[in-house]
Amino acid sequence: MPTSDYDPACLPDLLPLYYRRLFPFSQYYRWLSYGGVSKNYFQNREFSFTLKDDIYVRYQSFTTQNELEKEMQKMVPYKVDIGAVYSHRPSQHNVVKSGTFQALEKELVFDIDMTDYDDVRRCCSAADICSKCWTLMIIAIRILDRALREDFGFHHLLWVYSGRRGVHCWVCDDAARKLSVAARSAVAEYLSLVKGGEETLRKVVLSDPIHPFINHSLSVVERYFQQYAIVEQDILGSKESVDKVLALLLTTHIKKDLTIYYQDEKNPMKRWDRLCALVEHKKSSIKKGGQYFDKEIMLQYCYPRLDVNVSKGVNHLLKSPFSVHPKTGRISVPIDLKELNTFDPFEVPTISLICEELERPTADEAEEDDVKDKENEQEAGERRRIRDYKRTSLAKYVKVFDRFLEAMARSWKGEMLKKSGELETSFSVFLTFMSFTYT
Amino acid sequence: MQFLGRRKKLIGNFQNDLYDQCLQFYGQPPLENISLTEFETFAVERLKLLKTVENVGVSCGKSSEQYTKKLDAEISSLNFPHRGGISEYEKRRKDHISHFILRLAYCQTEDLRRWFIQQEMDLFRYRFNCLHSKHKTDFLHKNNLKYETVSAEEKKNLKDKLIASSYGLSGTKVEEHDVYKVPFQDALDLVRTRKVYLLAGNAYIPHHEIVTIVLNDFRTRLSKALAMTARSLPAVQSDERLQPLLSHLSHAYVGQDYSIQKNIGKISLEQIDALSGKSFPLCMRHLHKALRENHHLRHGGRMQYGLFLKGIGLTLEQALQFWRSEFVKGKVDADKFDKAYAYSVRHMFGKEGKRTDYTPYSCMKVILSNPPSQGDYHGCPFRHSDPELLKQKLQNYKVSPSGINQILELVKGMHYQLACQKYFELTHNVEDAGFSLNHPNQYFTESQKLLNGGRDIKKEVDMSQRSQENPASLWSLKMELDRQGISAK
Repeated sequence: MPTSDYDPACLPDLLPLYYRRLFPFSQYYRWLSYGGVSKNYFQNREFSFTLKDDIYVRYQSFTTQNELEKEMQKMVPYKVDIGAVYSHRPSQHNVVKSGTFQALEKELVFDIDMTDYDDVRRCCSAADICSKCWTLMIIAIRILDRALREDFGFHHLLWVYSGRRGVHCWVCDDAARKLSVAARSAVAEYLSLVKGGEETLRKVVLSDPIHPFINHSLSVVERYFQQYAIVEQDILGSKESVDKVLALLLTTHIKKDLTIYYQDEKNPMKRWDRLCALVEHKKSSIKKGGQYFDKEIMLQYCYPRLDVNVSKGVNHLLKSPFSVHPKTGRISVPIDLKELNTFDPFEVPTISLICEELERPTADEAEEDDVKDKENEQEAGERRRIRDYKRTSLAKYVKVFDRFLEAMARSWKGEMLKKSGELETSFSVFLTFMSFTYT
Repeated sequence: MQFLGRRKKLIGNFQNDLYDQCLQFYGQPPLENISLTEFETFAVERLKLLKTVENVGVSCGKSSEQYTKKLDAEISSLNFPHRGGISEYEKRRKDHISHFILRLAYCQTEDLRRWFIQQEMDLFRYRFNCLHSKHKTDFLHKNNLKYETVSAEEKKNLKDKLIASSYGLSGTKVEEHDVYKVPFQDALDLVRTRKVYLLAGNAYIPHHEIVTIVLNDFRTRLSKALAMTARSLPAVQSDERLQPLLSHLSHAYVGQDYSIQKNIGKISLEQIDALSGKSFPLCMRHLHKALRENHHLRHGGRMQYGLFLKGIGLTLEQALQFWRSEFVKGKVDADKFDKAYAYSVRHMFGKEGKRTDYTPYSCMKVILSNPPSQGDYHGCPFRHSDPELLKQKLQNYKVSPSGINQILELVKGMHYQLACQKYFELTHNVEDAGFSLNHPNQYFTESQKLLNGGRDIKKEVDMSQRSQENPASLWSLKMELDRQGISAK
């Protein structure tokens, strides 16, 4: 499906339309209220806006969904970020006694940025991505999603395409939102395997025993490695990239062997097989070390690279889902993990596309209009707006969001019941106490 | 809240409940009245207990088997709760009360707090490890640490995963010992380094590591409590009965006492002359010189210097040879030496009389007790020497004029240990000694470390050897005590 060509210059015209008729405010509000279990959760949430001409404003907060809508329609932010839930309304942080205004809770978030893989991808660099390197995001999502659910016991994860070169994960469980800085950083470190910057050649080091988490991650990587790295990225093709791979092998005799072998053997797959065979052979030798070179190579080329700093801070601001990416025009849409293999970042709708789609009337619409004519103005307005995004390519992504909210809503119900239960229990204790005192 | 009817019944249970385990987190302060005698006795005994813990820890590695055995032996003789004997109520009560008394004495400075927390933690770890497995879980639950043990069946299912995640865990260990299920938020250090198995938000912690987690909790609680205690201290210190007792306690030298020698036999007698110039503190250099010149030292000097030599590693045989060869050069013949002086040397090494293994004197002791009189060479030169004579001596030892001035300034301000530290810095040519001097043997050890290269600044080991006292501020406090006629150890 062709994407309407996006021109950043049109943003000032498209954004007002987007915020008036397409942005899914009611689901958004529902999400950030978290079922009203905690008082003032939405009211104390910080938002930050990047306005035209790169004007950046922090500590925006809103009391109702309506206020949020009106403000966003008025200010027309180019970018929207979500921050923490504070102890007081962020918009009033200046009048609060100094020291008492504090960030209390926030979702646990992860940011995977394709630029962090530049040293290991040959197809693109910097802000570019293509279908070849997109596989890295798929691998990252699969590994992290499994770990966050199975190892850490989280249930409510929202994966979002950032709009250009990466993905974000919002872990929305109650327990996740309450994590301390130390806990967030511990989780991020647990999930980190690729360590070191420009100066470090060998960024993954494995030693016995191999932790179950690493084994799980390896099995994901192995599923994709041959197709992704050997075929598409062709890491054993040119001399330059072969040298890079060999630089990760510390054992000289394996390197020598491979260099000689590669002089004759040009087939990358066979080259890889030979490497694995040599490492395997070395495993059985008495001397320790180097038994996992092949696995280390796979991980270095494919394992997710997280920015720990993004995950650590409770008050860190991260791009909001359904925000528009000013450079690409793409909407930050939720990713349906059930369709992960077919997710195509280049098919994600741009703001120009969906605005255009808005103008095109559809057949079903005409019918619905007849039926609902009798409803009052406001409801009709709501419904119209709800229908609006449904007309566009944004619809299926809002559905993903809806399903995510449904699953969470069930847990909110549980929380509310528990809370009212607590009230009952403490009341009965009070009664018992009273009766004792008068005995 | 007064549940009048049930009160009597509660008290009986209360006693049993209060001290039903031989260790505790010291969450609640004791609420009863105690006599001043008990106050002081309890405190001093606990101090002894903590010093024992420290000493054993220094002489054996804390994770060695020897450590536990030795602690067992030492603690059982100290009348504190030990391995959950039957009628331990009195001991546990003492344990409880003495801990809180020492909090008062040790909350005041960072160094004191650090020392106190370290020893209490080691003691706690030892006691926790002595508990029977079921009692461990009981203890955890009683203290709101909701750590469950994993069932045998679950252990079997997860065995391979557990072995692959935890350091030092073998198949047999998994089967025989408990594994605890702990919310991952309570085991962050293990999670961060991926040294534990995680499932559904729980960390599966083998028995030997649950201690670390419990200890962290203990340390956090104690640290907070000490900070709070420090804030309410002024109220306590204004009580005239308690103030001298408390300051006396925190003055007591609690660093390493060098009685357990690590370097026995590593020094040869021939080295002593050279060492005295390079690595001895001024007081010992002074004593050694006097001994060499006069072939004699009086009792005070023999004690101070003799114990110091023991602390640097001389064996009894070496010491006997050393003193004898020197005394014989003087007016004492070999026989007399063997009859009179040898006894006293052996006594120093704990081989005579009540066999106390005497500990080398700390700076506090040298400065405060037994001032030298005519014909004596012991004491602290910075304290006891006339400044003019001190200046001459330093000049003879080739200390720079500016250095001498700095030292004399410190002496004028009564900062004797700092003056000695300055002497260390000048003779070793370093800007910063890197340690807080409070013991002559410490001076020697640090000097040797520096001269033999590879000194780590701020090593953890140094922490236990560091002074817990800020010589400057405590010195003025000490003057106060002196006037009241209370002497420190």
